[in-house]
Amino acid sequence: MGRIVLVTGAARRLGDLYVREVLRDPDVERVVAVDAVTPGHDLGEAVFVRADIRQPAIGRVLAEHDVDTVVHLDVTGTALAGGSRSSVKETNVIGTMQLLGACQKSPSLRRLVVKSSTTVYGSAPRDPAVFTETTSPKALPSGGFAKDAVEVEGYVRGFARRRPDVAVCVLRFANILGPGTDTPLASYFRLPVLPTVLGYDPRLQFVHEDDVTGVLLRASREPERGTLNSGTFNIAGDGVLTLSQCARRMGRPTAPVLLPAVTLTGSLMRTLGLSDFSPEQIRLLTHGRVVNTRQMREVLGFHPRHSTAETFADFASAAGPGPLPPALLAAAVERLAGAVTGAGGGGDGGTEDAGRGNGRATHTSTQATATARPAGGSGGWPEGWRSCAAGSPASTRSTTSGTTPNSPTRC
Amino acid sequence: MALLRPLYEKYFRVEVKGIENIPAEGGALIVANHSGTVPLDALMMQVAVHDTHPAGRHLRLLAADLVFRLPVVNEIARKLGHTLACAEDAAELLGRGELVGVMPEGFKGIGKPFGERYKLQRFGRGGFVSTALRARAPIVPCSVVGAEEIYPMIGNARTVARLLGLPYFPVTPTFPWLGPLGALPLPTKWTIQFGQPIPTDGYAPEAADDPMLMFNLTDQVREEIQHTLYKLLVRRRSIFF
Repeated sequence: MGRIVLVTGAARRLGDLYVREVLRDPDVERVVAVDAVTPGHDLGEAVFVRADIRQPAIGRVLAEHDVDTVVHLDVTGTALAGGSRSSVKETNVIGTMQLLGACQKSPSLRRLVVKSSTTVYGSAPRDPAVFTETTSPKALPSGGFAKDAVEVEGYVRGFARRRPDVAVCVLRFANILGPGTDTPLASYFRLPVLPTVLGYDPRLQFVHEDDVTGVLLRASREPERGTLNSGTFNIAGDGVLTLSQCARRMGRPTAPVLLPAVTLTGSLMRTLGLSDFSPEQIRLLTHGRVVNTRQMREVLGFHPRHSTAETFADFASAAGPGPLPPALLAAAVERLAGAVTGAGGGGDGGTEDAGRGNGRATHTSTQATATARPAGGSGGWPEGWRSCAAGSPASTRSTTSGTTPNSPTRC
Repeated sequence: MALLRPLYEKYFRVEVKGIENIPAEGGALIVANHSGTVPLDALMMQVAVHDTHPAGRHLRLLAADLVFRLPVVNEIARKLGHTLACAEDAAELLGRGELVGVMPEGFKGIGKPFGERYKLQRFGRGGFVSTALRARAPIVPCSVVGAEEIYPMIGNARTVARLLGLPYFPVTPTFPWLGPLGALPLPTKWTIQFGQPIPTDGYAPEAADDPMLMFNLTDQVREEIQHTLYKLLVRRRSIFF
């Protein structure tokens, strides 16, 4: 007998991507897609049931279709089609409670997969450089989506205790990006000028949409030999990017603002309804957050196809170049540097040529430095020496052109 | 780093001794005294290890959370490879065979008045010993002479410190009276001495949970650094040369 998979939050992009993928699985007999609103996209052969997971009706859906796998994706930070923050919170928290209540009464249920987020760790200066699944956050999130995620995970833990026969998998995703992502962070990166917090350069991690569906598929299937797919896992692409690197890759200038001013503007914009930039987003863009993905690799056996840098490159190419395209900028820097060294070195003809030849190399080496970060658990170690080279175009130039022998230490 | 080098070579004229005591590969925990109001000693130690060690090793410093709370400072610190002084980060770094530097005196060390110079403060709770024991990394004691006199702290404006959320607010003969000029450190002559490494692989794995052993080892490291400090001080001709 094939499996019957129920997916919540099917009207959203991730739900859509996942439903398409899971339909291709030959072991899956039927896919039941659930959401409170009718999806704008075609769900193929999946059975769409319009149900609000905040209502007890979800229990009837579970029983009617004899569901054995529940994939709970309806834990999100933003409302669909102009809903308010309170309704999002209700869907996240009350919806999860109802769903878990229904799951508990369903005798056929074998497997539960819940989408969570690395926001449960918060972002604070007192945090360790890298979070593992067992790290307890120094400061619990005070509100917003992060608090929802913490509460959802709490209920899921309670459920796992009450139904030990159900395999429960909680996936904590880093910031999800893809060509068509529409999260607050994605819209932030699409701004023509990126406001940043003065004096902070946070380390960020991204995970590609394709990897999200990949890991969801793996978690909702029977585990492969030698792997285990129940438990809590951090899901993130390899490596880290700093916000300044992101801005340069997007070709967008940054506008550093003092932290109190950022907080004030953020709350003002929220009150006026101009943007939904939450305090936790501001904290993320101030202190950053990096998680350890060793559990994902070694226990879950999942290897993301896209690293953080590749994910970002994919997103950046879809978003289109900003006012300062990286290639143009690099060429300009090279020309400037060539002029400076040319004048300083007493008109040495070779320097100029070398400087020009490095125009393309500068850019590629920036990418290489970022992607060649130590893999595995060391996913994102504090910006080491090598990232200094990627830190500013000028210092990258000095490493590639080799004018200073000891340049990697130039910070 | 390039900006620190002139300070290291020309201004403080740092003299490094016993660099061979730092292993060429594998994890090791360097424990040093902390002084000088502004933690320049840690940065100088980092330059010293990188420039004089034959393998050019990078010292990964463990910094207080204040460093990561301050704007600009936190950005530079991350890029220099510093991380927060917590057991998780230290264990991870040592596990990867990195060289980790720690100043267990913390704010008690750098924020002590000038009259108590070169008197080691309490070494925290000895957390560094248990981390080193768990990672089986040797402990290298390190003594820094010269950093105490760069900002002779004669007073501590507690009210100002509380207002600014800082652990102390230094008052020196020149700061804050001369404004930015007073923030210039005195050009003292520095000596950094790395001592004999104390091996930790001879202990059983459960030794990390033995408080008695931890206190003993902590005291051993502390004594070692203190004695080296006294020896170096006796040998020193003058503060500035």
